Amino acid sequence: MDAILVQLLNGLDKGGAYALIALGLTLVFGTLGVVNFAHGALFMLGSFCAVAFRKLITLERVVLSETELSPWGTPLEIRTPYVDEIFGTFGEVLIDWSVPISILVAIPVMLLIGIAMERGLIKHFYKRPHAEQILVTFGLAIVLGEIIKTVFGANPIPQPMPEILRGTADVGVLFGMAKNAVTYPWWRMIYFLFSLGLIGAVFAFLRFTTFGMVVRAGMADREMVGLLGIDIDRRFTIVFGVAAVVAGLAGVMYTPILPPVNTLGMDFLVLSFVVVVVGGMGSLPGAVAAGFLLGILQSFASMPDIKAIFPGIDQIIIYLVAVVILLVRPRGLMGKSGVMEN
Amino acid sequence: MLLLPKKELITFVIFALVVLAMPIWLTPFGASYPALMQKFAIFGLLAVGFNILFGLTGYLSFGHAAFLGVGSYTAVWSFKLLTMNAIPAIIFAMILSGLFALLIGYISLKRSGIYFSILTLAFAQMSYNLAYSVLTPITNGETGLQLTVTDPRVLDLAFAERGEALPQVTLFGLDMAGYWGFYFTAIILIIGYFVAQKIAISPFGMMLKGIKSNENRMGYTGLNTKPYTLAAFVISGMYAGLAGGLLAITDPLAGAERMQWTASGEIVLMVVLGGIGTIFGPVLGAWIIKYFANIFSAINENILHDLFSFLPTSVQDFIVPIFALFVGEGWELTLGLMFVLVVVFLPGGLMEGYRRIITRYVANKSDMPVTELKQTKEPEQVEGKK
Repeated sequence: MDAILVQLLNGLDKGGAYALIALGLTLVFGTLGVVNFAHGALFMLGSFCAVAFRKLITLERVVLSETELSPWGTPLEIRTPYVDEIFGTFGEVLIDWSVPISILVAIPVMLLIGIAMERGLIKHFYKRPHAEQILVTFGLAIVLGEIIKTVFGANPIPQPMPEILRGTADVGVLFGMAKNAVTYPWWRMIYFLFSLGLIGAVFAFLRFTTFGMVVRAGMADREMVGLLGIDIDRRFTIVFGVAAVVAGLAGVMYTPILPPVNTLGMDFLVLSFVVVVVGGMGSLPGAVAAGFLLGILQSFASMPDIKAIFPGIDQIIIYLVAVVILLVRPRGLMGKSGVMEN
Repeated sequence: MLLLPKKELITFVIFALVVLAMPIWLTPFGASYPALMQKFAIFGLLAVGFNILFGLTGYLSFGHAAFLGVGSYTAVWSFKLLTMNAIPAIIFAMILSGLFALLIGYISLKRSGIYFSILTLAFAQMSYNLAYSVLTPITNGETGLQLTVTDPRVLDLAFAERGEALPQVTLFGLDMAGYWGFYFTAIILIIGYFVAQKIAISPFGMMLKGIKSNENRMGYTGLNTKPYTLAAFVISGMYAGLAGGLLAITDPLAGAERMQWTASGEIVLMVVLGGIGTIFGPVLGAWIIKYFANIFSAINENILHDLFSFLPTSVQDFIVPIFALFVGEGWELTLGLMFVLVVVFLPGGLMEGYRRIITRYVANKSDMPVTELKQTKEPEQVEGKK
């Protein structure tokens, strides 16, 4: 029982990341009709927002000490971050909480990147075949990955989580189990809750705001909304920006779990595409459900007991599920009939 | 050789001459060493094969690297178990990758469009992940499959004593690592090109083109399109397996990274860059990408300083760092940018660019189809653009 609970919990945070990426991917597909192979790169860019922010606030002033010597006999270097000089002890707090705070930076940055991407490149591809959309966004993903590589190098850059969140939560006690039977790192729990909150926010945005209503109407019948005198293209551009923000925030918060590296985008892209397909092309609840489902399935498949029966199953489970779903239920779990069934 | 109509025959002969003369005309580009020319030939073959699927039927596979990997592994196993001769290796590589393609194609072709792409992608990722984990006894995991002195090599050792050194891959005594290896791969590329030309003009090829332009209508005429697409898939999988086998012949080492989906993406880049649906375009794309990968990635700041030494130092110091972004480590950035530009402005690839130039300046022959007369010039033009 506790083994199952552990795997369930382990799947939740990964599932949250899949769900967030897939949500943006399917949102873009549902509104703009574009198959965006660069969406994983947006996740990667988000995680590098956190890296860049941390680099920025840990910039240090280096002063050579006049009296003290280092063990090597040279004058001791006294390093003080500029934020400490400006804010005092609050600067320390800022550095400690750099990952959550960089969300504030990532939102405008990702929104701008998303809008620039849509206006600059993707809008020219609405009328072109899906194959060409895949190709151009695939090329764009390579370019973005390479730019990050030139700026930040090709090695993963670990990001520390805030001091206070480094421990683990004793989840088992809640279910009446022995102490420390089932533990779960705080940060992963926060990631799961964060992803739930963000998903909720996106759905609320689409359901309860006028803007969201127009977007949903546009998804249903773009031409009609245009005829009503609404500039639907502009709304859709912003939707693309929102999708970029969602992917970016998923990336920011994931940095303490997985150190960002320029190939991150490609790794997550394949998985999130599979998630979208399993959930059903263009279905938002489908993408979310499939994200969590596949995350949990993946962590169950990596249980030693299951690996003993099917060796290697943890490596292929997601793809296997995708193949089966595509062949048995072409429109995915919750896809509407008629949307991209061929 | 009179199996081709006259026009195709001329193209074919020119192509064959160009390929065989590679050691001569590649010298000014600094690319005329065997290891690179072998890559040109092998990846050219891979691209020709990929085009039979993507170019003729329009099915975009994102999993072709899996067949490349299967071909490589098979060839290395043939060296290990049977003989160091190249011929059995490529035969086994083609058979096994063909069977593998039959299996994957049979399942993936139940869907079309983007779903087909994702299915092939999923299968390739599965093969890649399995090669890294469970199949380690066959693939030797991360280290890659290598030859050892103690391999059984049943056929070889029946006639000769086991030597002390690691054996070389041979073709009845010819060493496959140097120029002989290049001519071997070049001849296979020429044969592969000929077969692709035959397929493109055959009734079978016409069927495939019909499927590309409208599969539904082909279905309405009472044709079952599935066997045709499956055949195209298997043929192009066999090309990929053959290319994988040749890679193992020129360098007997097979690693799983050859099967990763980014490797499949690279194949797609080659074909699209050169020109989808043409026969020479994919080869051209493969050559350009491999040229960039090998030559551009070797350029560093010192070489750039030499290159711009005619400029004043202050201008040099400004220009060199900018160019340095696009060469050396950053050549993939150049590749990505080039690819995006091609897809945006020239969806038909470089061959379409060539055709546009021809139709503009040779207006009276505007409906003249493309010939490869200027093919040796094409890489130059691309560099000029950069």
